Amino acid sequence: MFAAVAAALLVALALALTRSFLGPTVFDRAQAANTVGTIALLLLAVIGFLTDRPEFLDLALVYGLLNVIGTIAVLKYFQYGNLGDSGDVDDGVQR
Amino acid sequence: MSALIFFVSWICLAAGGLFCVTGALGLVRMPDFYTRMHAASVTETLGAGLILLGLLLQAGLTLIAVKLLMIGLLIFFTSPTATHALAKAAYARGLKPLLATDGSSSSKP
Repeated sequence: MFAAVAAALLVALALALTRSFLGPTVFDRAQAANTVGTIALLLLAVIGFLTDRPEFLDLALVYGLLNVIGTIAVLKYFQYGNLGDSGDVDDGVQR
Repeated sequence: MSALIFFVSWICLAAGGLFCVTGALGLVRMPDFYTRMHAASVTETLGAGLILLGLLLQAGLTLIAVKLLMIGLLIFFTSPTATHALAKAAYARGLKPLLATDGSSSSKP
């Protein structure tokens, strides 16, 4: 049954990868990458139970932390053009 | 009692897998970026939540359960943050939502 859940997660992973290849804008790709990260985190947790090795949960935790930092760094880069910007640019959007 | 917990945990795992596939399918099929973001959030809330709940019920009261709770807490806080940053970045870069125009029935039921 864990194998069935892992298979479902692999199908979801393939679909998210499809969007990351198709995605017309960079934000579609960033969204797909974030989803791939979340699904990979779940897949790591399920594989830990499938093979009876709960150490995989630590890997899943680290992967989740890296996933969110990576997503926010990529988005900051594509919103402001560099990573050291304070964010005070006048692009007409109310914050 | 343990048979009941076992049963409930398999129900949660199966539903979680289903929601993950549903969310990823929406990510491929939805027409524009903002609707895709909405579909992807299904994976991150219901999918992840139900799978982690199912694994939590399988683990029982051990250190594994604490780690699973930590992963759940991490997803609970970081996935809305990432979604918010994504929507804000896309909108600030001028990506407009796809809206129904007069005469088209694309967003009507």
